Amino acid sequence: MSNEAIPKPGLWGWINRRLPVDAFVRSQLLDYYAPKNFNFWYFFGSLALLLLVMQLLTGIFLTMFYKVGEATAFDSVEYIMREVDYGWLLRYLHSTGASAFFLVIYLHMFRGMMYGSYKAPRELLWLFGMIIYLALMAEAFLGYVLPWGNMSFWAATVIINLFGAIPVIGPGLVEWIRGDYGIADATLNRFFSLHVVAVPLILLLLVALHLVALREVGSNNPDGIEIKAKKNAQGLPLDGIPFHPYYTVKDIFGVGVFLTLFAIVVFFVPTFSDLFLEKANFEPANPLSTPDPISPAWYFTPYYAILRSVPDKGIGAVLMLIAVSAFFFLPWLDRSPVKSIRYRGWIFRTFFALFTLSFLGLMYLGLQPAQGIYVTLSRVCCVPYFAFFVLMPFYTRIDPVKPVPERVTFHA
Amino acid sequence: MSDIGATADGQEIDESRRKFLTVATSAVGAVGAVLVAVPFVESWEPSERARALGAPVVLDISKLETGQMITATWRKQVIYIVGRAQSLVDKLAKNDGTLKDPKSDHSIQPKYAQNEMRSRRADVLVLIGICTHLGCLPKQFFDPGDAVLGASWPGGFRCPCHGSRFDLAGRVFDGSPAPTNLSIPPYSFKDQHTLVIGLDAIAAKGAA
Repeated sequence: MSNEAIPKPGLWGWINRRLPVDAFVRSQLLDYYAPKNFNFWYFFGSLALLLLVMQLLTGIFLTMFYKVGEATAFDSVEYIMREVDYGWLLRYLHSTGASAFFLVIYLHMFRGMMYGSYKAPRELLWLFGMIIYLALMAEAFLGYVLPWGNMSFWAATVIINLFGAIPVIGPGLVEWIRGDYGIADATLNRFFSLHVVAVPLILLLLVALHLVALREVGSNNPDGIEIKAKKNAQGLPLDGIPFHPYYTVKDIFGVGVFLTLFAIVVFFVPTFSDLFLEKANFEPANPLSTPDPISPAWYFTPYYAILRSVPDKGIGAVLMLIAVSAFFFLPWLDRSPVKSIRYRGWIFRTFFALFTLSFLGLMYLGLQPAQGIYVTLSRVCCVPYFAFFVLMPFYTRIDPVKPVPERVTFHA
Repeated sequence: MSDIGATADGQEIDESRRKFLTVATSAVGAVGAVLVAVPFVESWEPSERARALGAPVVLDISKLETGQMITATWRKQVIYIVGRAQSLVDKLAKNDGTLKDPKSDHSIQPKYAQNEMRSRRADVLVLIGICTHLGCLPKQFFDPGDAVLGASWPGGFRCPCHGSRFDLAGRVFDGSPAPTNLSIPPYSFKDQHTLVIGLDAIAAKGAA
């Protein structure tokens, strides 16, 4: 179906002889073959892209009304909510979008772990994805500070003070990040710059790298079989279908369902009972009054629960760092000959199930006060969480795996 | 190893010379990049204005009564000034066994405050009211045997964020997530009733 040789007439041809629009669309969508057995779990990559665009769009408009500065930030957010036409909608789209982004990214990562999508040859694809996740955490934290509510202020205090745990340079580093002797105007200003310019640019670059790497190695699939291994006479994978129109149409359906659910949250439960927007953040920042209790946004709570479960600042911070960065090493920790959970044995399935439960458990516990049974349970949850990673090189080797079929499982 | 290459139309290229120039240029460029980064990195330090606003704070404490606490801010940090009863100061030594750092060896304080009562004067405790765990404000629980903290509570502070507990000298109890005692700022007394926070150089007339 190559028509490269035929010079196209008219303006479109003129453009294409100078900018390869058609060739790009062909190589990225029409001639890009994806496995034909994608399931529900394959919606979340395109949804993440949709959310990135939505956050950029609503963010650009919020920036038109938001006034950065210790004295003006909080009032300008109230101004957006009460006086700018549809300002409330722009803000709720942005705040709900942040939570939805993390939900989608967590499901996207879970998919990758279920089907072994991080294994060779997709290690770099996974690493780029993980760096995107880190950049997204930074972006969310920086954005959380901007409304300058009391929770913004104290979340910034707690997170920045984590850097104080670094020996020797810690205290100086904390002062350098804040630009003052406490969280102040200087801190808010630089966070604004990072949130609206620096990190979004980095995110766009990383997403581009993620997609280029994906095009190079091709998508994994629920069976964890390389579709490039079985090709027809034309060199096309037998188990592949062109991304467009098959998956573009599928993704548009997913987008429709997602936006319906998203709109329900935006219009009816934008605070999501204190999870998406917290009550304490509807009060202006007050350095003399700590909200009681302090809890971070829900998407950070698993790591926060780990931090709190250790009665030592340094060790707690290190453990939290390990909990986040452990995902980076999955491609090399996993020694199993199969990728997909469909053909893994009971040992991996057990470890994976316990890991998932402990992650969700820590997410819940991080939202609870740091005392009594909640701390004890956090410690209990840490065991399967870290065992999943630390013991992986051992249990994946002895895991009784099932034979992997030649072709993908597909029911038309 | 071939050090001689050629261009498309056959002209000789001295590869070793090219390699040397590439490495030398890159090295100079890298040094330049590091030097150019300095102003960008330094711009994040507290500005002249922030430093000026961080100047010492003078406070009249003539109205501070025993068992009472007043707060001040110095360098955006909350400073607790507590009027302590001598009877409670005398009991501080009893806490030593249940403290993480009873001698304040691993905590931040000026030399004159590294003692049992962690202060210049027994009747006035000056602390940075920022929990050494993650920077929340510890709340005052000065009454011994407080209803919430139990009969054995000797009086002190408890952090609302993660439950760190401190005694009436700001020393942290075992089992708290805070690693060290509450920090003490540099301070001095200009006279019996005038506290200067942020300066330890004044010849302290009223100091014990």
